[in-house]
Amino acid sequence: MGMVPATHYLALGAVLFVIGVAGFIVRRNVITMFMSVELMLNAVNLTFLAYARTWNQVDAHIFVFFVMTVAAAEAAVGLALILGLDRHSQTLDIDSADKLQG
Amino acid sequence: MIEYFWLALVPPLAGFLFNGLAGKRLPARIVSGAGCAAIGASFLFLLAVFAEFIRLPASEQQIVHRLFTWIQAGTFTAECSFLLDPLSMIMLLVITGVGFLIHVYSTAYMKGESGLYRYFAYLNLFIFMMSLLVMAGNYLLLFVGWEGVGLCSYLLIGYYIERRSAGDAAKKAFVVNRVGDACFLLGVFLIFKTFGTLEFGSLFETVSRTHPQPEGGFTVLAAITLLLFLGATGKSAQIPLQVWLPDAMEGPTPVSALIHAATMVTAGVYLVVRSAALYSRAPDVLLLVAVVGVLTALLAALTALVQRDIKKVLAYSTISQLGYMFMALGVGAFSTGIFHLFTHAFFKALLFLGAGSVLLRLHHELDLFRMGGLKNSLRVTCWTMWVGTAALAGIVPLSGFFSKDEILWRALDSPLGHPVFWVAGLVVAGLTAFYMCRLMFLAFYGSPAHGHGESGSEAGTAVTAPLTLLAGAAAVAGLIGLPAYLGDHRLDRFLEPVFRYSYDHGVSASHASHSLELLAAGAALAISLLGGALAYRLYARDRSLPRRLADRFPAIHGTLQRQFRIDEAYSLFVVGGLKALSRRVLWRVVDVGVVDGAVNGTASLFRRWSGVAARMQSGNTRTYAAWIVTGAALVFLYLLSVIG
Repeated sequence: MGMVPATHYLALGAVLFVIGVAGFIVRRNVITMFMSVELMLNAVNLTFLAYARTWNQVDAHIFVFFVMTVAAAEAAVGLALILGLDRHSQTLDIDSADKLQG
Repeated sequence: MIEYFWLALVPPLAGFLFNGLAGKRLPARIVSGAGCAAIGASFLFLLAVFAEFIRLPASEQQIVHRLFTWIQAGTFTAECSFLLDPLSMIMLLVITGVGFLIHVYSTAYMKGESGLYRYFAYLNLFIFMMSLLVMAGNYLLLFVGWEGVGLCSYLLIGYYIERRSAGDAAKKAFVVNRVGDACFLLGVFLIFKTFGTLEFGSLFETVSRTHPQPEGGFTVLAAITLLLFLGATGKSAQIPLQVWLPDAMEGPTPVSALIHAATMVTAGVYLVVRSAALYSRAPDVLLLVAVVGVLTALLAALTALVQRDIKKVLAYSTISQLGYMFMALGVGAFSTGIFHLFTHAFFKALLFLGAGSVLLRLHHELDLFRMGGLKNSLRVTCWTMWVGTAALAGIVPLSGFFSKDEILWRALDSPLGHPVFWVAGLVVAGLTAFYMCRLMFLAFYGSPAHGHGESGSEAGTAVTAPLTLLAGAAAVAGLIGLPAYLGDHRLDRFLEPVFRYSYDHGVSASHASHSLELLAAGAALAISLLGGALAYRLYARDRSLPRRLADRFPAIHGTLQRQFRIDEAYSLFVVGGLKALSRRVLWRVVDVGVVDGAVNGTASLFRRWSGVAARMQSGNTRTYAAWIVTGAALVFLYLLSVIG
């Protein structure tokens, strides 16, 4: 069993990213959308790591740590927002929060 | 001490600041006292300077004092420099001397007026600006005084702020002067562009080197002098900008005396004489100056014949006499113009102050036909005004005889002169004698046509003393310029250093014999006496004939009375044209179409497009996400296209 080529990782990352984007746009449940964001972040992480291995560089690893830190912070803020939305309008449907418009 | 001559500017300025800032809360005696003292101090100081100045050799009678560098921008430099030469010396003495007497007279004339502090503050500022004008060492500083004089005339003509006509007259004077000022400024620009300096000394020296000979045709010197002359026509009330001066009679009478005698109107004559180095090299412009002078003198003298308003007669007389001065300048006799300016300052100030004395007695009745019989109650005014009238009419041996006669003689004798000028000047001399005697007979003789009674007296020493002094000056001032057949022309010799860079047309050298000059003088005198006699016949003995003549020829009478309808022509063509242009083009097209259109167009453009842009902001989170994705995709595609 030989090495998995980098293109496979990159393809998987791209597919995961597009699923995240699509999920974020089409789903109306806030929690699902939140999960889609996480999916996109991890797709990017995967891509970073694939390149890091290809070029034998450590920089991308450091980037991944940063992304994970930001994702943790974002999870805390995002969950607070979801709770706030639920308390305010007793629903998790994102389309109900459209009062702020031009 | 002589190098501190510019300190003469300080007292009038101090007087202006004192009265302008503190005068409102001070009693009238202190306000008027400060106003008079300021000018008196300036005059005495200048007399002391003059005593020293006249002892200098002629070559050193050109003192320049640089106070500081006023403007420095690239190659352009304007100094705040003052020049004292015989010309500015004589102008300064006239301005402060006559100005001082007018200030003293004002204390009586303006007694009890409200806003006296305003009056004296403006009067002092007027003297300051005029002194600055004649003391300036370059054209730009001269322009400051020039504008300042215009401002002060505006303020003083409109002194009676509660009277609408005064405000209108003030605005008219200001606007008409503005036309001339614009030309003056263009002339100054052209001087700097051509010669690179505005300082009188270096400029005239350069001109005399680069243009040694006068040239006919439209040279750059002709353009400069023409523009400066247009400026001069504004200040000195010559055709075509003479219309403001008769209206300027709306101001208090001493102000009229000040404007007409010592300041303001003499500025144009001064400007041309100061620029003699330029004018003497542009003979075609000189011819124009002479023609304008002759026409103005004739037109104004004819208008003065039929005026009913005592001040208007004197106003037209001033325009006419200024025409004489410009005629003298036009035939190249610059010092003769200054000579007439000098003598005219005395007798015209005298006549205006005399008229003011009449107005005080008659409670501001201006109509000559409602005066009469004042000779008993106003003895001093009557005899001093006779001196002024005789001087103005050119009766030997009063001052006007010498100066006017010299102008007429130069018009005939100068290489630039022409017999036509001489004949026109003679006619004006006759007209002058006629209208002045008419004024005297109507105001002082015959039976009183006013309801103010036979009794009444002069308004006091503050009125009679200036009148007497001015009468004395008007009688003897001509002695400084005796004609060649009588002796020495001291003024000509005194002014010689001023014209060191001018081209000498040989004007002052006599080309004909003394006997011809005497004959010409005799002719002028005879015509003046004839005019006076005619006035005596028409207005002193039997007053019915003028009335019948006016009824017989209403068209001529009306035309003369309304100054050949020039005012009407101006309001029809110039003012009407400007109004039509403003309404039809500037308002309807430029203002509504271009200016408003641009502003409103910008606003409606943004309103329309912001409606479109606002639709993107739907409030729906998923739409925003879709926009972000679209944007990111576009950036991605762009990067691909750049890299790939």
